[in-house]
Amino acid sequence: MLPAALDVRTEDVNPLIPAPYDILWSAVIFVALLIVVAVYVVPRLNKALDARSAAIEGGLKKAEEAQAAAAAARDEYNAQLAEARAEAARIREQARSDGQAILAELKEQAQIEAARVTASAQAQIEAERAAALVSLRAEVGSLALDLASGVIGETLSDDKKAKSLVDRFLADLEADEKAKAGK
Amino acid sequence: MVRFTDDTDGGFHGPSLEEFFPPAIFFEGTPFELNRIMLIRILVTILLIVWLVIATRRMRIVPTRFQAANEFLLGFVRNNIVVETLGEKDGKRFMAPLMTMFFLILGLNLTGVIPFLNIAGTSVIGTPLVLAIVSYVMFIYAGIKKNGGRFFKNSLFPSGVPWFLYIIVTPIELISTFVLRPVTLTLRLLMNMVAGHMLLVLCFSATQFFFFTVLADGNLIGLLGIGSFAFGAVFTLFELLVAVLQAYVFTFLAAVYIQLALADEH
Repeated sequence: MLPAALDVRTEDVNPLIPAPYDILWSAVIFVALLIVVAVYVVPRLNKALDARSAAIEGGLKKAEEAQAAAAAARDEYNAQLAEARAEAARIREQARSDGQAILAELKEQAQIEAARVTASAQAQIEAERAAALVSLRAEVGSLALDLASGVIGETLSDDKKAKSLVDRFLADLEADEKAKAGK
Repeated sequence: MVRFTDDTDGGFHGPSLEEFFPPAIFFEGTPFELNRIMLIRILVTILLIVWLVIATRRMRIVPTRFQAANEFLLGFVRNNIVVETLGEKDGKRFMAPLMTMFFLILGLNLTGVIPFLNIAGTSVIGTPLVLAIVSYVMFIYAGIKKNGGRFFKNSLFPSGVPWFLYIIVTPIELISTFVLRPVTLTLRLLMNMVAGHMLLVLCFSATQFFFFTVLADGNLIGLLGIGSFAFGAVFTLFELLVAVLQAYVFTFLAAVYIQLALADEH
């Protein structure tokens, strides 16, 4: 039933033979579109794509640069930190040695002072002892004379002989003392 | 009981080759004759130009949604067809004609399934033939520009073949390279579109016939129209696929021919 209905009319048309107008309009539309694509579309498309890849590359480069800068800053910071640490250690060492020096100096000074004080005290003692000895000698002489006068009942005070006797006695005593000390 | 007449309204109109040669509308009898299909071609070209200009007018580094969609289409042709086949440098030289080829074929193919246009601009031989000639000229130009006279020697006398085999090989190469390439490009596109149109016309005219003639006469055989309509719908989707595929195949082959011509040795 259907094949009879399929009335494909085969008249004098050959689809493989192009009509002149067909070729003409095909060429016209191709050339028109080609001009637009070549002059406008492709340059703009390439420009946009190039700009985009440049932007992406630029962004990557910028990021790389930032990273490098950060790394450099970190290195510098680390170097400074190390330097500061070394400096601190140096200062500490210096302070310690300074402190020791000061301590040693103070000790020395104290020893010197102590020695000085001791020496002056001894000198004073010595002087006082000498003074005491002198006054004692006079006292002892008069006391001995008084005692002797009392014993022998005579005044020996004004006698030159007596005085020289006392002096000789004392000198002997002193010599004796010195001999004892010398032993 | 069932009318099969062609001439009365409601009769069955089978697809015919005459549909590809509709009556002239303007300039009848001159080389500028404009019929329905020529007008469709011009309309498609104008739409393509408007779209391409708008799509690439203000391209930003960070694309809008509209730009990203257009860039996907343009980038598909640019990268997946042209640059992938020809490389970045040669690809740029042949970018514009190949891109034109792709979008023109795609646009003209799609009119086959667009309501009220309903016929592909590429289903008449002119456009496939002109584009095949463009491809032919391009690959011969590319070969001569690159290798001079050696292009023909390389094409017709492939190296590494014993000399006596040239008796067989050279005629084969001559026909396949310089005759069959443009012919197959033309016929593949043309016949795909002609056959697609025939199929759709057959399905939908049968549907029309079944529903409005047979079924209207009270004959339940007319319900077969449901089946023919379903076939038509499926073939419409299939034609969309064919439209894209043929545009891709044509442009890809044109690029491959250029690439072969640019190669130093075959």
